[in-house]
Amino acid sequence: MNKNEIISALKTIIQPYSEETLALENIDENTDFIADLKINSANLVDIVLDIEEEFKIEIDNDSMAKMLTVKATVEIIDSKLNAGK
Amino acid sequence: MNLQEIIKKLPYGKDFLFVDELLQIDKNGAIGTYTYKDSLSFYESHFKNEPITPAVILTETMAQIGLVCLGLFLLKDELNNEKTSLVMTSNSIDFLKPVYPSEKVWVTSEKIYFRFNKLSCKVKMENILGEVICKGTISGMLISNPDE
Repeated sequence: MNKNEIISALKTIIQPYSEETLALENIDENTDFIADLKINSANLVDIVLDIEEEFKIEIDNDSMAKMLTVKATVEIIDSKLNAGK
Repeated sequence: MNLQEIIKKLPYGKDFLFVDELLQIDKNGAIGTYTYKDSLSFYESHFKNEPITPAVILTETMAQIGLVCLGLFLLKDELNNEKTSLVMTSNSIDFLKPVYPSEKVWVTSEKIYFRFNKLSCKVKMENILGEVICKGTISGMLISNPDE
């Protein structure tokens, strides 16, 4: 799975949690979950749980703490996916 | 930590404490009771000449017993910080029956998940006849208030 495919899957996961349709439409590596998508910390937890299910990976507390932007999230998903190979 | 100690750790003052007793608590859920005293101030206005417990208070009661007490129990080994508590972040509740002054209610919660400091629970409230008053899900986040 390449970076763009991960971002596209992320977009689908995030959609129910954000009403910032424009920011969501233009989602890219620089998108910040809190500043741009106005997602609160409680919904961020649900997004991470959805990511675990979608990508069949396990996110630990340290990784979770870093997942505040699309860029950091894609990097973590990518490294977990590759770690399993 | 015993059941009485958990109630003592709750951060609410006497006018907003909606937990009388905890009957049971383990890592999967909690059961507790509360009796809505006639003297509670909101009965004067909700409604005029027709006191009924506000739905928001029923929700708060389920959150205090089902979510916050359970959260304090789950965190008992990790936290000695008095300033740590759980705040409600979302809920979805259906209300089936009214609760009148001096009624006693039983709240049961079942943990759905507790991860990354977020606790999500299925909750229900029943009356003395075992009839369901309200039910749904409540979630909250653990917060630590920095020292002033």
